[in-house]
Amino acid sequence: MTGAVVAASRLGLTFRTNDGPVEALSNVDLTIGKGEFVSFIGPSGCGKTTFLRVIADLEQPTAGTITVNGMSPEMARKARAYGYVFQAAALYPWRTIERNVALPLEIMGISKSEQAERIRRTLDLVNLTGFEKKYPWQLSGGMQQRASIARALAFDADLLLMDEPFGALDEIVRDHLNEQLLVLWARTQKTICFVTHSIPEAVYLSTKIVVMSPRPGRVTDVIESTLPRERPLEIRESPEFLAIAHRVREGLRAGHSYDD
Amino acid sequence: MSLRNVPWQGVAALVLVLLAIFSPAFTTQELAALSAGGSGAAFPYAVTGPLMLALAVLAALTIVLRPRPAAEAAALFVLVHAAAWLLLGGIAGAEGGALAAYWFLLAALWLIAWRLATVLSSLRPAGRAADTAVRLLVPALFGAWILIVWEAVVRGAGIPFILLPPPSAIGVRIANSVPILAADVYQTIFKAVLTGYVIGCAAGFVVAILADRFLFLRRGLIPIGNMVSALPIIGVAPIMVMWFGFDWQSKAAVVVIMTFFPMLVNTVAGLAASGHMERDLMRTYASSYTQTLAKLRLPAAAPFIFNALKINSTLALIGAIVAEFFGTPIVGMGFRISTEIGRMNVDMVWAEIAVAALAGSVFYGVVALLERAVTFWHPSIRGG
Repeated sequence: MTGAVVAASRLGLTFRTNDGPVEALSNVDLTIGKGEFVSFIGPSGCGKTTFLRVIADLEQPTAGTITVNGMSPEMARKARAYGYVFQAAALYPWRTIERNVALPLEIMGISKSEQAERIRRTLDLVNLTGFEKKYPWQLSGGMQQRASIARALAFDADLLLMDEPFGALDEIVRDHLNEQLLVLWARTQKTICFVTHSIPEAVYLSTKIVVMSPRPGRVTDVIESTLPRERPLEIRESPEFLAIAHRVREGLRAGHSYDD
Repeated sequence: MSLRNVPWQGVAALVLVLLAIFSPAFTTQELAALSAGGSGAAFPYAVTGPLMLALAVLAALTIVLRPRPAAEAAALFVLVHAAAWLLLGGIAGAEGGALAAYWFLLAALWLIAWRLATVLSSLRPAGRAADTAVRLLVPALFGAWILIVWEAVVRGAGIPFILLPPPSAIGVRIANSVPILAADVYQTIFKAVLTGYVIGCAAGFVVAILADRFLFLRRGLIPIGNMVSALPIIGVAPIMVMWFGFDWQSKAAVVVIMTFFPMLVNTVAGLAASGHMERDLMRTYASSYTQTLAKLRLPAAAPFIFNALKINSTLALIGAIVAEFFGTPIVGMGFRISTEIGRMNVDMVWAEIAVAALAGSVFYGVVALLERAVTFWHPSIRGG
């Protein structure tokens, strides 16, 4: 599968803990194509974050194979193939917003003039123009998370990995950022992997929804969205949207044992 | 106006001033002159006594009547300090002769000063400059009243000079010994303390970085460093004199030993202080060890490093002064303290203590200001 951005085959990851081995991922087969918006949804402990971290080479799989852009995750990381957005903004408080966005650029040795241009462009993409000289702690949570997205976009990797980036934000801010994220995705043509535990968020954003379940962490359903790429917020009341949401919910229920 | 709202210091001060007025005399000299029937020699407070009492009564009444806080503060400030000035002026030359009226008045003035500090602390001036001024005035007032009470008690009760000299005598000694004190400060602080501080802190910092980079150093060196920090300075100082000679180098060596370990431990802790997420972030950028160190871990460690610098600023001064007790050329703060106490020149000892306290505060203050500038982003400094 040379065209795939991420290709995982029979992927497994077992953590060794003091309470014995924990199977975080088991037999995951998944292919993510270029330009897709893929959401990973499931209850906590289903391995959705772990899978994202395996793509990012922050965790090492213990079984199966995975390639990112046709390379091993480690080579892809060293080639700076992806930008990663964490659950919290993780901005450095001693740097202004523009210096935070410049951080990956400094590390990658990009020239000062090029840095200034990219900072201007990415801050414009996330609607933070005018806040360049502010410190992170002077901004709201939503603005901080937007700045962290700008930081992940700054070095123009084609793959964007987002681990519950809006999980800590309130519903109104989250809706707004979801809308902005779709606009950003349309403008940049990036491939996005998005971890969430919100069904509406997953359905609203994605071209493909991966439903996962815990113990052991595995994929129970992969849903190709039939929604158009152009999605106003109102689409969430359409029958098509509700049908997909229903299928996601069914998938979550099937994969989850309520015995305990 | 209900009596409940009257500040108790005002009532208590008024009672004490009345007690002073109805007491027979301020000093034994005055008592002697009175019993001699007015023909005796001049005595302290002959003229100023009624004036002092009047000022104190006015101040106490000001408190009881509760004018606007700013006006109350201004009135109390003038009245209480004028009265204190007269009280201290009169007792000089009549040491040990203080009687009940003197002590009642002193207690009353002290209560009035207390009320003044309370009023000043609660003032909320509009301007930024005025706010800063009030903020500085309160601790200054506290310090001044420690000295005033010290002076009044030592002179009034006639405490022997050897036990505790009055602050005015220490002040006079400082003023008359500026060249000696300057030479001592230059020898002890500018040569021994600063050299030792810079070398000790730098060495602790460098070793901490090395220990962070190489596991065997972290495992092997930190416990040894721990032991070095437990070395008794009293035992080490004479050895350092044997190794590095009598001059400031041996004192600097003691300071190096004292400051090395706090810096090492704090820097090692600081380097571990950056969060997992921040470190993962650097990993996603394929950042090298030195890049992560420079751009994430050292800035995150800055609050810890400044803690060590502040702790060390006072440790270094103690180390250098104590080390000078074990052999030194005939200059230096520790040398001066150890020889002058032997010659019963306690005012000189106190002068050195005052200068050391001042130098230590300035040293600490400079480091703290630097900390505010560098770690402005830390919640403890930006406030929230």
